[in-house]
Amino acid sequence: MAKATRQSFGEALARLGESHPEIVVLDADLSKSTKSDLFAKKFPNRFIEMGIAEANMIGTAAGLSFTGKLPFLCSFGCFLTGRYDTIRLSVAYAQANVRLIGTHAGIGIGDDGHSQMGLEDISLMRALPTMGVFQPMDAKETDLLMDFLVNEWKGPAYVRLTRQALPDLFPANAKFIPGKLLQVLPATGKAQVICIATGATVAEGVKAAQALASQGIPMAVWNAHSLKPFDEQTTLSLAKDAKLLVTVEDHSVIGGLGSCVAEALATAPAHAPLLRLGVQDTFGESGEADELYEKHGLSANQIVRRVQLALKGEFAEATRGPRHHA
Amino acid sequence: MQTPSKSEAVRLASIANELRVWIIDMLEEAKSGHPGGSLSAIDIITALWFRDMRGADPRVPAADRDRFILSKGHAVPALYAVLAKKGFIGVDELKTLRRTGSRLQGHPDRVRMPIVEASTGSLGQGLSVAQGLALGFKLDGKTSRVYCLIGDGELQEGQIWEAMMSAPKFELSNLCVILDANNGQIDGHVSEVMPIEPIAEKWRAFGWHVVEINGHDMEQILEALQGARELEKDGGKKPVFILARTVKGKGVSFMENKIEWHGAAPKAEDAKRAREELAKLQNGGHKHG
Repeated sequence: MAKATRQSFGEALARLGESHPEIVVLDADLSKSTKSDLFAKKFPNRFIEMGIAEANMIGTAAGLSFTGKLPFLCSFGCFLTGRYDTIRLSVAYAQANVRLIGTHAGIGIGDDGHSQMGLEDISLMRALPTMGVFQPMDAKETDLLMDFLVNEWKGPAYVRLTRQALPDLFPANAKFIPGKLLQVLPATGKAQVICIATGATVAEGVKAAQALASQGIPMAVWNAHSLKPFDEQTTLSLAKDAKLLVTVEDHSVIGGLGSCVAEALATAPAHAPLLRLGVQDTFGESGEADELYEKHGLSANQIVRRVQLALKGEFAEATRGPRHHA
Repeated sequence: MQTPSKSEAVRLASIANELRVWIIDMLEEAKSGHPGGSLSAIDIITALWFRDMRGADPRVPAADRDRFILSKGHAVPALYAVLAKKGFIGVDELKTLRRTGSRLQGHPDRVRMPIVEASTGSLGQGLSVAQGLALGFKLDGKTSRVYCLIGDGELQEGQIWEAMMSAPKFELSNLCVILDANNGQIDGHVSEVMPIEPIAEKWRAFGWHVVEINGHDMEQILEALQGARELEKDGGKKPVFILARTVKGKGVSFMENKIEWHGAAPKAEDAKRAREELAKLQNGGHKHG
């Protein structure tokens, strides 16, 4: 059943709160949107409403973690990561054991537009030493990621979640292995194209692969739930035999998944070319989510078209996106 | 805790003056650092660690101690001097300030040195972290108190005002903020760079219990700290704000109120003069005691 990853997060947090009394949750006046309200209703004494003051929330969470608490602090991704210096010093440098939850990832939020869309958050968080960066693609993966973040991960971590519902994609018998890529859809025959997607765009990648298969272009789809640590090893082995690698993300192409893959490939003496699909160095805008995915080149339809262009070597056209205020 | 006696104040003032010399020595050796704000804060930090803070003894387990966060992280030589005098770090180690590989970083680093509690140095952040500690102790029913020293230039940071708003909401009577109001910052006097007065009225309006003192009068410092502790004991709900009026560079005449000594280390000649002045101050202090 399709579900927003923020919803799955809220449910998992309320579930984990029972067995983990050290969990406390902070929100900055967005608990109904981030779904931290599900925890708040169940554990009102462990929910801390910070008001519209994100920097203070981040510092307070760091302090709480130093007393042995496991704080989850929630807001929209753009508002949280916008308080960069506080995250950098009070949390990352101090190796504070906190979980930063950034919802409303990407242009997929639609109507609310540019100021509410987290589009550079992965890039910003990935640049911070000690910070883990994760983005689940569906309900099951969110659940598994939450278990991992509560039971195993130590130090700061950033989690990126969607406002919109995402279809179930996690393969029935698959394991969630942190730091590793997960194959969601094998290619029909030997893969010519390897698609690596993350979060909301994995579903678009799967639809695109089905369309490309009917055109005789086998494409495998992999999911990157872990942006940091990133699975460079699998990326390199996938790049060995493919004709083309394509990354798809509802995030700026600068510093996100596309950059993770490019950085991995850069160490190989020879590799397939890389097509980086995502928001092409521009800001977000209001609109219907599916129309925005089409406009910015993230829809299944656009992935198909752009993969075809890239296979012909036409990368400039394949990566063309709307310019800011153009 | 009993009312601090006059002789106790004299004893602590004497320790603070001795540590002023250590600060000068450290900065001379490191060839960089911030004497102005270290010298304005040393009386307060000495009072906290040598008298007020419960368990400020290396043998007490960390979990049971009161906590101190230096939000104005550039004054960390003052804290290192106090920690060395208390035996948390070696006195010889003070010479390694700002050296490659030393845990005596130019600004506090809680990973290298857990007792500093928070990594600070980008102004405006330490108070939020202190609030988180205080909140965590409250949630767990622990009695540890949290102290946070901030600077007056630091009040220009917006995050301070966010924390000023929230600490009273959470009724953090176990939180005590001390402002080292030395009226100096890098580009000039606080009153000129970006005026922040009336400070006391602002904190009071935000819901804090406010006390104003001379931050170099040891008796006043001890009395204010004890008052804050008693407020909590008597069931008070408000966090306490101690507005300590101080002199930047206090104790070294040619550094006092001189903005150029905010972030410049004394060279050999200056350090020698400073030590001579501080030695006189120390002897004078003893006479009055």
